[in-house]
Amino acid sequence: MKGASKILLYGFGNPGRGDDGLGPALAAAIEELALPNIAVDANYQLTVEDAAEIAGYDAVVFADAATQGPAPFWFSRIDESIIERTSRAIGWTSHSVSPIQVVALARGMFASKVAAYTLGIRGYEFGELDEALSARAMVNLTCAVTFARQALVDRQFEHYLQEFGPPAVGQFAGSSTWKAQP
Amino acid sequence: MSVAKRIVIEPVTRVEGHGKVTILLDENKKVVQARLHVVEFRGFERFIQGRPFWEVPVLVQRLCGICPVSHHLAAAKAMDRIVGGENLTPTAEKVRRLMHYGQMYQSHALHFFHLASPDLLFGFGADVAIRNVIGVAGKYPDLAVQAVLMRKYGQEIIKATAGKKIHGTGAIPGGVNKNLSISERDVFLKDVDQHLAWAKSAVTIAKDYTTQNLANLAPFGSFDSNHLSLVRADGAMDLYHGNLRAIDAQGETIFDQVDYQRYVDFIAEEVRDWSYMKFPFIRSIGPEKGWYRVGPLARLNTATFIDTPLAEIERKEFRAVTAGKPNNITMAYHWARMIELLHSIEKIQALLDDKDLQGTELVVKGERREVGIGLIEAPRGTLFHHYKVDRNDLVTQANLIVSTTSNNEPMNRAVAKVAQDHLQGAEITEGLLNHVEVAIRAYDPCLSCATHALGQMPMEMTVLDHHGQILNQKSRG
Repeated sequence: MKGASKILLYGFGNPGRGDDGLGPALAAAIEELALPNIAVDANYQLTVEDAAEIAGYDAVVFADAATQGPAPFWFSRIDESIIERTSRAIGWTSHSVSPIQVVALARGMFASKVAAYTLGIRGYEFGELDEALSARAMVNLTCAVTFARQALVDRQFEHYLQEFGPPAVGQFAGSSTWKAQP
Repeated sequence: MSVAKRIVIEPVTRVEGHGKVTILLDENKKVVQARLHVVEFRGFERFIQGRPFWEVPVLVQRLCGICPVSHHLAAAKAMDRIVGGENLTPTAEKVRRLMHYGQMYQSHALHFFHLASPDLLFGFGADVAIRNVIGVAGKYPDLAVQAVLMRKYGQEIIKATAGKKIHGTGAIPGGVNKNLSISERDVFLKDVDQHLAWAKSAVTIAKDYTTQNLANLAPFGSFDSNHLSLVRADGAMDLYHGNLRAIDAQGETIFDQVDYQRYVDFIAEEVRDWSYMKFPFIRSIGPEKGWYRVGPLARLNTATFIDTPLAEIERKEFRAVTAGKPNNITMAYHWARMIELLHSIEKIQALLDDKDLQGTELVVKGERREVGIGLIEAPRGTLFHHYKVDRNDLVTQANLIVSTTSNNEPMNRAVAKVAQDHLQGAEITEGLLNHVEVAIRAYDPCLSCATHALGQMPMEMTVLDHHGQILNQKSRG
């Protein structure tokens, strides 16, 4: 991915639900840095039209709160095998869609070859109305911002993937939150 | 003593948030009752208390990731009353209307193409691995791309009028904080004719599907009901502002042209011990028979006419199916929704040609009040926001009736009807499960607002006996 000209950092989650706001918080922090050739977007959740948005980029990094998995964050790639496996296995549970599904739609509808990555930042307190991140989530956010800044500047995504290694056996990180493998 | 079983389906797929369905069977495996359980958002009143009133239109957007604009505008309308600024400048009202029609357009497009069309295109009983938007994209790629672009168009209008997609700030007490520039307007004008054509096509799809399958759809989850919405003073459909009108299943007026500042005199809310969600009803009729439907179907039934020409033609066709009487067919929600989609893009087109959008008088204020009530016709139906604000400008009390709450009892009725017609015995097949889901999806419910917390929504089916003991249970997802 080194030298890619168009990269999108997309944070999603609800800042009114505690640590669910980690994704938009990271997006806001990166936007303030005004990194060259890095577009930043944020929303409460991903929806189908995001497929059209990401389709025009060379790479997209989805930043989201992770309800499980390692702290402070985890970086992974949405590869073709994950798309193939989960687009068949995951049912459609709401108006929102997952990063995997957005990428699958971008592939199917717009013949997009966008490389897609997920940055799952570990959160701890979800559900209740609370505009603030928890203290532990704040620590994780700080680490994630440092990492994202470096990764978006040097664009050595594959190198970082090797650093993080593959997901643990029986788990995958395709939707940024670790969950049981389908 | 009869032995009853409860079949619990959790959650209902392709419905926003959590929801599970409990179906009570008797000893003969006949459905005796159905309930839609909802993990409704709670705690908003506490969250909002003590906050300055001018923050509320922004804060309430966090209630729902699907329709934040509806909450934004309903709260802003309530706060207009607080600052005595309900008589907006032409620019402020038209910018807000443009925002609202953009919201309606994108929401209805999303629902029809993303959530409903898989059922309609592949059939209710089709494999869930195919019956989804990726399946639609694979078999009907042009339709899928069109749907995405329609959704995106509405979202971009919201972004231009609200300021941004998340935590929009466009509507403020007494007005708006920005107009629509010529350059912003021209971006939307360039594509509006294409969207008008797509919306007409969408109405045709929904109309043809409904009329060609009317024999099967008419009884599907259907029942007589009252209907409620805002209408304009002349009876026209008005999705942004108006007075309350309620009619019964035969079209007789229950009340009309009620100033919604007095809604508590006409609408009450009942609490039931098995649900977090309240059950609103019309006071004069009572809780037993006073429940009502809101949303596209109700609006098509209550409106005397639609003030945009193409949608009005379609409304007349819609009403002709039931010989001018209210349409009580649950699956007709989809057709009604597409007529509103067409109406919304007609309104957007007209507004884009209106130079008031570039006006510079954005805010008005008047006599300060302590109570503010704002209603709007959200995509899913009438949305009530009610606040009290003290002399220090802090909110002391809040009450919301969201559209899905008003449709709570109708959805229970729809589930019961479908279950009675399609579920027999304790065995629940995928196809039968989906029949229940299809009936609920017709209402486009938003059952739990605004958090995604991925990975926390496995599908779970539980069979309980009449003592509440689990007889059977399975999960998926």
